[in-house]
Amino acid sequence: MPSMTTRKTTWRAPSVLPGFGLTFGFSLAWLSLIVLIPLSMLFIKSAGMGWQAFVDVGFSERALTAYRLSFGTALAAAFVNAVFGLLVAWVLVRYAFPGKRVISALVDLPFALPTAVAGIALTALYAPSGWVGQYLDPLGIKVAFTPIGITVALVFIGLPFVVRSVEPVLADLGKDVEEAAATLGAGRAQTFARVIFPAILPALFTGFALAFARGVGEYGSVIFISGNMPGKTEIAPLLIVTQLEQYNYDGATAIAMVMMLVSFAVLFTLNAVQSIRRRRLGA
Amino acid sequence: MNAGILNRRLFLSMAAASALAVSLAGCSGGKSGNSVEITNVSYDPTRELYQAVNPAFAAYWKKKTGQDVTFRMSHGGSGKQSRAIIDGLEADVATLALAYDIDVISSKAKLLPADWQKALPDNSSPYTSTIVFLVRKGNPKGIRDWNDLVKPGVQVITPNPKTSGGARWNFLAAWAYGRKAGGSDAAAEAYVKRLFTQVPVLDSGARGATTTFVERGIGDVLLAWENEALLAEKKLGAGKFEIVVPSISILAEPPVAVVAANAKKHGTEAVSKAYLEYLYTPEAQVAIARNFYRPSDPKIAEQFASQFPKLNLTTIDKDFGGWTKAQKTYFDDGGVFDRIYTKK
Amino acid sequence: MTRKTRKVTPGTESRTAQVLLITLALAFLAFFLMLPLIAVFSEALKQGIGPFLDAVANPDAFSAIRLTLIIAAISVPLNMVFGLAASWAITKFSFPGKNLLLTLIDLPFSVSPVVSGLIFVLLFGAQGLLGPWLSAHGVKIIFAVPGIILATVFITFPFVARELIPLMMEQGKEDEEAAVSLGANGWQTFWHVTLPNIRWGLLYGVLLCNARAMGEFGAVSVVSGHIRGETNTMPLHVEILYNEYDFVGAFAVASLLAALALVTLVLKTVLEWRFDLHSGARH
Repeated sequence: MPSMTTRKTTWRAPSVLPGFGLTFGFSLAWLSLIVLIPLSMLFIKSAGMGWQAFVDVGFSERALTAYRLSFGTALAAAFVNAVFGLLVAWVLVRYAFPGKRVISALVDLPFALPTAVAGIALTALYAPSGWVGQYLDPLGIKVAFTPIGITVALVFIGLPFVVRSVEPVLADLGKDVEEAAATLGAGRAQTFARVIFPAILPALFTGFALAFARGVGEYGSVIFISGNMPGKTEIAPLLIVTQLEQYNYDGATAIAMVMMLVSFAVLFTLNAVQSIRRRRLGA
Repeated sequence: MNAGILNRRLFLSMAAASALAVSLAGCSGGKSGNSVEITNVSYDPTRELYQAVNPAFAAYWKKKTGQDVTFRMSHGGSGKQSRAIIDGLEADVATLALAYDIDVISSKAKLLPADWQKALPDNSSPYTSTIVFLVRKGNPKGIRDWNDLVKPGVQVITPNPKTSGGARWNFLAAWAYGRKAGGSDAAAEAYVKRLFTQVPVLDSGARGATTTFVERGIGDVLLAWENEALLAEKKLGAGKFEIVVPSISILAEPPVAVVAANAKKHGTEAVSKAYLEYLYTPEAQVAIARNFYRPSDPKIAEQFASQFPKLNLTTIDKDFGGWTKAQKTYFDDGGVFDRIYTKK
Repeated sequence: MTRKTRKVTPGTESRTAQVLLITLALAFLAFFLMLPLIAVFSEALKQGIGPFLDAVANPDAFSAIRLTLIIAAISVPLNMVFGLAASWAITKFSFPGKNLLLTLIDLPFSVSPVVSGLIFVLLFGAQGLLGPWLSAHGVKIIFAVPGIILATVFITFPFVARELIPLMMEQGKEDEEAAVSLGANGWQTFWHVTLPNIRWGLLYGVLLCNARAMGEFGAVSVVSGHIRGETNTMPLHVEILYNEYDFVGAFAVASLLAALALVTLVLKTVLEWRFDLHSGARH
């Protein structure tokens, strides 16, 4: 990168493009106002409770079990979504088939449907007496009120993140590169693995990370289908609500802090990995 | 460049939508001219009740003072509503599921005096209820009393006591039985622990649990407020359920109180007080009974005796040392409920 | 429109592979999206069209719809402006701390909706940091419309930015640099070069942001106060109806919410079509 040589003299690399001060300043101000200042309340509140009390609530046996469940199911759901979300995006961008527009519109549904409604609808489907549950139950497969049910709800919640992150990039990807690869003798699979996949990987990463992060904190849709059994299907956000029910705001913020820091670390790592990858490619 | 202009138009039209909308925001006030507004912050199952009581009180107040009363109603889980009042939801009156939720409004936010429960008769509870069993038609599992709940193969539906006020009443009613049957708190704990092994789902709220039982068809017996059980039996699935009254249960007293500081701020002290007092009048007591709550007026209770069978009731104050103590002992972190689930 | 103009091109998969992939994608969507949606609509229309219309025409439902539209109309443009500014700063310039900034933008996704509401209560509530001061000056934020807007802006904060950043990253900055070197100023470059390139991504972002703003339940539930006809948004109204055992009403309003999202998507399709006519030559 040519900018490397001048980095010492100015904070940002020089560019011919204008508007850095305006856009950066505005972004930072808005970010602080809406996100950082309100979120800092979590730090202030949990700092006030002392380290021991923080650990007692934030790292109790029960909380750790709940974190494992929340992060585990969110990860599983994000993987499912990464695979199938990419497939859906691919099919929507590349192929023509009847009803495509309707399908495309449906992908946004999980955002529009209130999470509680999604939870109720999914529970109605997967409960042992439900439309789907009645066929699964005799096979010994229990979905509702188990971690599988939680994962199903999180797949529903997270799907649009992957599809909508990948779709614009896929649509924008010029076919000429692929065609060039094909003319040079690359097979379809090879073209996909070598040309297309690297190009959409950042977007896929983004979608995966967002679906994961969203899943970890999800409450509204999950409480209906999870069953809320302590130690088994008790998700971390439910513990926060439990703390609030005891008027223990400190305890609630402690659990919220732990969850947020882990999610932050995951997102940060993903962003960093991506930018390293990009630098390597761009060089 | 045609596309550029169109782009700009698209961009501007997306942004402009907001300007129109901002002007639509409304505003609200407490008292103005010859009308007055009461904000009643209540818990979930009282909707139908206050829908019946509010117009009647408005007519009564209009006749008495010439003033028009309008109501702002807020319903939700009792604990959540209590927290909202503490955090600044300006309720004139609080009508919640348990005294503890109003106690904390007094202790944490000092919005009403500590002895608020003495302001009105019957522990400030114009209506009471109790915990009963709702079973499926014909009572296929033959459930008659608490000991039948822990028989093998019986599934019990109750919400989570950590998040639901109603579930705490259920828990304490079961405890009262266990203590009476076994003679000690240790026996009670053993009983309740066994009971909870028969619970397949812990919904976060009482109405969620009812839905699980009624709509999802899960479980053999639902532990519920009597008023909720009656509502489910009569309205939700007429002829599909039966109520079983156990040998012992707990007197559930959902209290009402004027949130003094807010009423003072809004200038609604007189009307708020009159509103709550009105709940004790024969008219309101009939509406209460019709909405399946037990009326506190003995004469009205007599009229509806067939609806509310007599049973042996323990009370929170006499048998559990009051809500503050019960909450700490049984439901707070590290309390009995947590112990039941952690010690396998 | 990129997708439509590339309907049939050489170098794609064999027809069999296409059909296979489409079937797989549709099966996945049917299971995870269509079934819940069908469940919602069938519940809503369980007792025929009459009770459905009654539920929708109810004055409380009407005020909930109005409030939801107002909230979306305020919060979406705010986040759109932010999204444009942030992605310009992030993708057109290189500066240290970019990954941190990216991750901070994602942060609202990783915070549980329950906590997103809670932080505003901690900040503006009567027991909160600014609560006493606000109360003394007669300013109501929490349990009123401003609080709901703040929570919604927080929840939908990353959507537009997240949609644009991967896209603009992929596109690079050569086009803009060329425009500037030809003498265009910043605004001209943005209007004539950047915006046409990103408009579909922007539209997606805005639509997602809008869908989520209308459907948000958890965070709004914490700051709303649930006052009938006043601070109940549509998702909250759904919960209220559900808790009144008015299942038909609850699912009717929920399906209306889903329909609203579909309307915005129809709008998108119409826009795409119009732009296609006028700027078909671009690609």
